[in-house]
Amino acid sequence: MEIFELSVSQLLAAYRDGSLSPVDAIDALESRIQSVDPAVQAYLSRDFSAARAAAASADISLPLGGVPVGIKDVINVLGEQCTAGSKILESYRAPYDATVITKLRAAGAIPFGRLNMDEFAMGSSTENSAYQATRNPWDLSRIPGGSSGGSAAAVAAQEAFATLGSDTGGSIRQPAALCGCVGLKPSYGRVSRYGLVAYASSLDQIGPFTKTTRDAALLLNAIVGKDDRDSTSLDLPMDDATSLLGRDLTGLKLGIPKEYFVDGMDSQVRAAVEAAIRQCESLGAELVEISLPHTECAVGVYYIVATAEASANLARFDGVRYGHRAADPKNLLDHYKRSRHEGFGSEVKRRIILGTYVLSSGYYDAYYLHAQKVRTLMRKDFTDAFEKVDAIICPTSPDLAFRLGERTDDPLKMYLADIFTIAANLAGICGISVPCGFGSADDAARLPIGLQFLGKSFDEPRLLQIAHAYEQSTPWHKEFPTMAVGAA
Amino acid sequence: MSQSDLDVRYVANLARIELTDEEVSRFQNQLSNVLAYVEQLKSIDVSGVDAAAHAHPVFNVFREDEPRPSLEKSAALKNAPHAANGLIMVTKVVE
Repeated sequence: MEIFELSVSQLLAAYRDGSLSPVDAIDALESRIQSVDPAVQAYLSRDFSAARAAAASADISLPLGGVPVGIKDVINVLGEQCTAGSKILESYRAPYDATVITKLRAAGAIPFGRLNMDEFAMGSSTENSAYQATRNPWDLSRIPGGSSGGSAAAVAAQEAFATLGSDTGGSIRQPAALCGCVGLKPSYGRVSRYGLVAYASSLDQIGPFTKTTRDAALLLNAIVGKDDRDSTSLDLPMDDATSLLGRDLTGLKLGIPKEYFVDGMDSQVRAAVEAAIRQCESLGAELVEISLPHTECAVGVYYIVATAEASANLARFDGVRYGHRAADPKNLLDHYKRSRHEGFGSEVKRRIILGTYVLSSGYYDAYYLHAQKVRTLMRKDFTDAFEKVDAIICPTSPDLAFRLGERTDDPLKMYLADIFTIAANLAGICGISVPCGFGSADDAARLPIGLQFLGKSFDEPRLLQIAHAYEQSTPWHKEFPTMAVGAA
Repeated sequence: MSQSDLDVRYVANLARIELTDEEVSRFQNQLSNVLAYVEQLKSIDVSGVDAAAHAHPVFNVFREDEPRPSLEKSAALKNAPHAANGLIMVTKVVE
């Protein structure tokens, strides 16, 4: 087995039995990245010598001692770039560590590399990056999903052992599904958002991408907790996320939401998810049909709530304290308008305009307030469902990975790619995507399919137990794309 | 609320974003489609329902008002597009 093929758990075991050192891991990553990243284009930047220095002094007795973790380019790491995929932050260097980075370092991990993303995490394909288009490692003509496409593709292409991403409407789970890796969105309030460039503050959460559910549990353990610097992080201690791993599903009830199995879903996705549901039943789970009646509202509510919050959050990009400033402004208005015109890409402008509109005088009640009320009904759908079941099982994405350019002209179609993931953000619950098979499309023989489990708020150890039991009884997580090494 | 109410150029000015004519017409079409799609929410009866601003509402999160270390001035200035004499230079506000 090559070093780059190891999971985080295997890497830690190899450090502890002395067969590998953290410097070996960095060396292996360097050679892997140099062979596959010219084709995948997951990384925006990386500094091997800094990582090697950190590895040389790593304390391998710590929970993630010496483990390199790739970081989505939206989370501040002291001294490194943090572009959020935008030209407006091209020259910005992070003046501090995000809380998740402080916590990763305390657990011994080495934040390493900056991963590509849709600009300001707005997108489902990573094509909205101002810098480059990341490719799906299973078929380089296809998108990796988004917005955390670089974080997902790097794990799938085995050019990262684990990465962090952020999930506002599915931006961890959907690319994990499309790239065939594990992606976990913690419950809202579980992980501090301090140092995460804000998109929609009531929805954003940071979470891990990994090769296995056990690795996801290890990373989650390291990053959770109440933070004085994020008033929305909650003081609810979490049990060790690995504590329930290895138990079967006996006595657990899994809800199947009928609204998630609708026309329009790819037939191969439906077949794979239905097979996964039967697999969970064979592992002891009791299946319960449930209803989430407001599912069809999710995308509409999301694009009002998220864009409204984004229009306020992105007002800070004014070309004064940091970020791009237009040359020779005629006056202050010209300064603002041209700096933002030159700095933001199309999707970001579109969403700021939509968000400004739904908050504007005369439209606030009809759009924003109304959407917030529907959001309450959606939360209640889940509260009601979780009185009957321990977790919900459903697809992550209705489609396989699509081709680059296929949806860029039709934002609404792009938005509908998130139809199964958005509700979890609106309700604040936790969710995970794990590989559950493959489909084919045109000349792409093997495109990954993701299975999504949704758990009660703050019930991550249970969610991981269920996902782990499924994962360990199937072969899907052991498959990785055959990368033409050296291909560019 | 009809979709034609959206005046992209007017809203872009509120949002302090300059747009090209091409962007105005493209966004007008695309956002009209999105607004037509979200019209379906209007059919949901929300009478008596409270608005949810957050997934897990928490209120009055305070800490002791004590000074603590924060960003050094030089670090805070490092990202400024235009700084001089330890200050951020801004475009003239008052004529």
